Amino acid sequence: MSFNLRLCMLTAVIFIAGCDGVWNNPYGLSEGSEDMVYYSTFSERPQFLDPARSYSTTAYQFIQQIYEPPLGYHYLKRPFALRSLSAERMPTVRLLDAQGRELPPDTPPNQVRYSEYIIDIQPNILYQPHPALARREDGGLRYHNLTEADLAAINTLSDFEHTGTRELIAEDFVNEIKRMADPRRHCPVTGILGEYIVGFTEFRERIKAQQDEWSFDLRPYSISGVQVESRYRYRIRLHGVYPQFIFWLAMPFFAPVPWEADVFYAQDGMSQRNLNLHWHPIGTGPYMLTENNPNLRMVLERNPNFRGETYPSDGDPGDREAGFLRDAGRTLPFLDRAIYSLEKESIPRWTKFLQGYYDMSGIGSDSFDQAIQYSGTGEAGVTDEMRERGIDLSTAIALTVYYMGFNMIDPVVGGTSERSRLLRQAISIAVDYEEYIAIFNNGRGIPAQGPIPPQIFGAHLGEANLNPHVYRWREGRAERRGIEEARELLRQAGYHKGIDQETGKPLTLYYEAVGAGPDAKASLNWLRKQFAKLDIQLVIRATDYNRFRAKMREGAGQIFQWGWHADYPDPENFLFLLYGPNAQVDNDGPNSTNYRNPEYDALFSQMKNIPNGPKRQRIIDQMMEILRHDAPWAWGYHPVDYVLSHDWMINNKLSTISYNTLKYHRIDVDRRAQKRAEWNAPVVWPLWLALIVLIALIATALIGFMRRERERAR
Amino acid sequence: MTAYIIRRALYAIPILIGVNLLTFALFFVVNSPEEVARLHLGDKQVTQEQVEAWKYERGYHLPLMYNGEAEGAEQFTETIFYTKSVRLFAFDFGNSDSGRNIGHDIRQRMWPSLALAVPSLLLGLLLNTTLALMLAFFRGSYLDVGGVVLCVALMSVSALFYIIGGQYLVGKLLQMVPISGYDTGFEALKFLVLPILISVVYGIGSGTRWYRTLFLEEISKDYVRTARAKGLSEQWVLFRHVLRNALIPILTGVVVLLPLLFMGSLITESFFAIPGLGSYTIDAIQRQDFSIVRAMVFLGTVLYILGLLLTDISYTLADPRVRLN
Repeated sequence: MSFNLRLCMLTAVIFIAGCDGVWNNPYGLSEGSEDMVYYSTFSERPQFLDPARSYSTTAYQFIQQIYEPPLGYHYLKRPFALRSLSAERMPTVRLLDAQGRELPPDTPPNQVRYSEYIIDIQPNILYQPHPALARREDGGLRYHNLTEADLAAINTLSDFEHTGTRELIAEDFVNEIKRMADPRRHCPVTGILGEYIVGFTEFRERIKAQQDEWSFDLRPYSISGVQVESRYRYRIRLHGVYPQFIFWLAMPFFAPVPWEADVFYAQDGMSQRNLNLHWHPIGTGPYMLTENNPNLRMVLERNPNFRGETYPSDGDPGDREAGFLRDAGRTLPFLDRAIYSLEKESIPRWTKFLQGYYDMSGIGSDSFDQAIQYSGTGEAGVTDEMRERGIDLSTAIALTVYYMGFNMIDPVVGGTSERSRLLRQAISIAVDYEEYIAIFNNGRGIPAQGPIPPQIFGAHLGEANLNPHVYRWREGRAERRGIEEARELLRQAGYHKGIDQETGKPLTLYYEAVGAGPDAKASLNWLRKQFAKLDIQLVIRATDYNRFRAKMREGAGQIFQWGWHADYPDPENFLFLLYGPNAQVDNDGPNSTNYRNPEYDALFSQMKNIPNGPKRQRIIDQMMEILRHDAPWAWGYHPVDYVLSHDWMINNKLSTISYNTLKYHRIDVDRRAQKRAEWNAPVVWPLWLALIVLIALIATALIGFMRRERERAR
Repeated sequence: MTAYIIRRALYAIPILIGVNLLTFALFFVVNSPEEVARLHLGDKQVTQEQVEAWKYERGYHLPLMYNGEAEGAEQFTETIFYTKSVRLFAFDFGNSDSGRNIGHDIRQRMWPSLALAVPSLLLGLLLNTTLALMLAFFRGSYLDVGGVVLCVALMSVSALFYIIGGQYLVGKLLQMVPISGYDTGFEALKFLVLPILISVVYGIGSGTRWYRTLFLEEISKDYVRTARAKGLSEQWVLFRHVLRNALIPILTGVVVLLPLLFMGSLITESFFAIPGLGSYTIDAIQRQDFSIVRAMVFLGTVLYILGLLLTDISYTLADPRVRLN
């Protein structure tokens, strides 16, 4: 009895002593009230934080706060607009002939041999404090000749006593391009970079041939097409014309990395301590990673050497009214720290958000009804409960498309025959994505009319964007064609009522599903029913993702669903998913359906090399008509991101392409503290009730015990 | 006893090889090295050259079990199985497929696992023994019958229910502790209260029922009857005689678990975001990181074998009649 009682009281004392009125604060005493700290989560640990290797949204939410490529996206403007970041200005682009002579800017792309990007970077940008840059009094790098004895007491980067910095120079950008070419770095985009950057592939081949002899210090080696022109200027020469290259310059792949970091981390004993660039980045951005414990939390702190960017002074119409310009011209960043806690499960994450311990949150399907309600016009808004808590909703259409693909080299659903085309069209009508979005996505999505999402050049608005093969325009909105029309198409294809008129056998199609567990079962059943509307029997072939991908590479699948998230906001980044030379089976490319149409391919080649304008739009319209007619995809849907934020979050305009937005966020710390205290007062009476019940039980047991003893004694 | 321990250690070698072989076969039946490489390299635009380079760096370019192109012993040693397995026996786990040092990670992550598992075990042991003694004392009464029914009910509920229910009740409704998370040092205490409480409550049903059975078995023995005939009080009989003798199977049952405490709890750690070895293993399985899965299975096997050995030894300490031959 006494032990249990003492335990309960001890627990209570610990809480009361340590939690200052609120017992459930997960940040506890370490939270400094004077700091402006942003609290968020991550559910999966980022695998790589090296900008040459990293290619996932999980990693980008960290490294885009740390590294600064030459360009970035304007925080407020939509459609997305590029602007200079660590560059002084937008790059100068020169077109050259085979002899290297400059050509006029309006030279037709097929007459251009090279294009050259000349990039001037801002002077006086400094790296974050880092031991790789620490120098001794004699000027030598302090930690570049470490012995095992020197490393004996080192377990984390903060164990190094000294740090240093230096100015960012053009050579650091060039170093990063060399790092991407280095096969030891496993850069995931070497294929496309090798295609365009002059000398990139040759450099890569040279390293591969002598891999063991090459040092990680790449300064002595050079890529012919990437040259340092001065301390603050470098140039990149490309084969031919590749206008989309400008977007690459806004990706972390092209962020600067100092050679000192490579040499520092390459020393013996570093990797055994997990000290490498994958885990301990070094950048010039507004934040630096001061705690990297991906098993627990990641902490970004203000980089004391940050150059001091200012908040944008212009934005979209309505941004001023929405309060997005109230900090115009103020120096960034606002936040002192950002703490990202590992949260794998949705229930604790959601609960902590409601308790005020996370500042922003996505919405899981299990909490959707609690958070969101739709108005009579179908507009999404927060529920009364959320409104009372001061929670706001932001939405943005993601630059993503989820589609149902038909393998175009499959003898039944693929090919260019009218029979297979009609079959695909019939299926495209029958699979009701409006219903799918409503049931499985809580209404968070818009049915796709083609591969290009809205907000991207090339996609029209309203009726002009309609896919007339699947929809008709009625009363100001797109309406899916009726199932009778799909059945008629199926009849024309020779599968009347789902019977192959040539063989007399029922039509059976095969769907490659990734996973068939309880979560997927409902959506697979739904899909089966969509095909059953046409009397087509759909056989689900469930497999794991690895095997699914292998089937795609081999062209062994028939019908499948897949998705694509844009790297950059250009129609080329979606239309290339259907470009013939990118076919997955032949060239291991991203064209998963292996669709080939010479007319489409020719138009794609034209479209990708010209700037946005009426001419490009006309070509895209032609391409869209070809795609809608051939129907290699049932066009699926574009998801819509829903993000909730507390009213103490200031400047939180959603961006679906750029992740370096942390520097713009500001927090009303006092309001947050007040709300947290208000929402999280512990409910103590059950504790006392439990104690009373426990005491009563023990007393009863004791009385019973004594009574038995007495009975025995008698 | 030394000879016995040496003999058991030698027995462990074929067991470890067998378990390693089984893990290897199961893993690579599901995934080829090519697929693992593609998974690790990411989704977009992965070239065959990158896949080959990734495999080469991690030794996955070799044949799985038998190298037909090699000669002599190298036909077996120049394989993924041999190169990945042999150093495990020196507890050199190498790097994970994503490049992190596994030994370093294990050393870091075993502490949160222990911080959760040790108090759960000790408190559970204490509480279950107390409750079982009480039920044994009131055997045949309504309290006993009610207690057993309650134990069966507690046993019948899934662990997930306890976790989610506990988080909802204590973390969300009562707001007494953080609903999940972890921290270092004393700050960890408030994060551990709820998972420990849930672990203890979850174990009450099975633990109390088992211990009650052990106590009842002892109570019906002749020496207890003799003790009572001597006029000893029931309290004295229970605590001095029954408890001490029933503790032998209880303690030996606990000893086998001791080394496995390092391995952590797969579900609890994941739900409470505790960065222990249990969540490490789950993550590795989800990411298909063979190096970590193999290391953790190997470590688990070693610890289990160690636990069994300790159990045997503890028998000899607890019961003088037992001799290890």
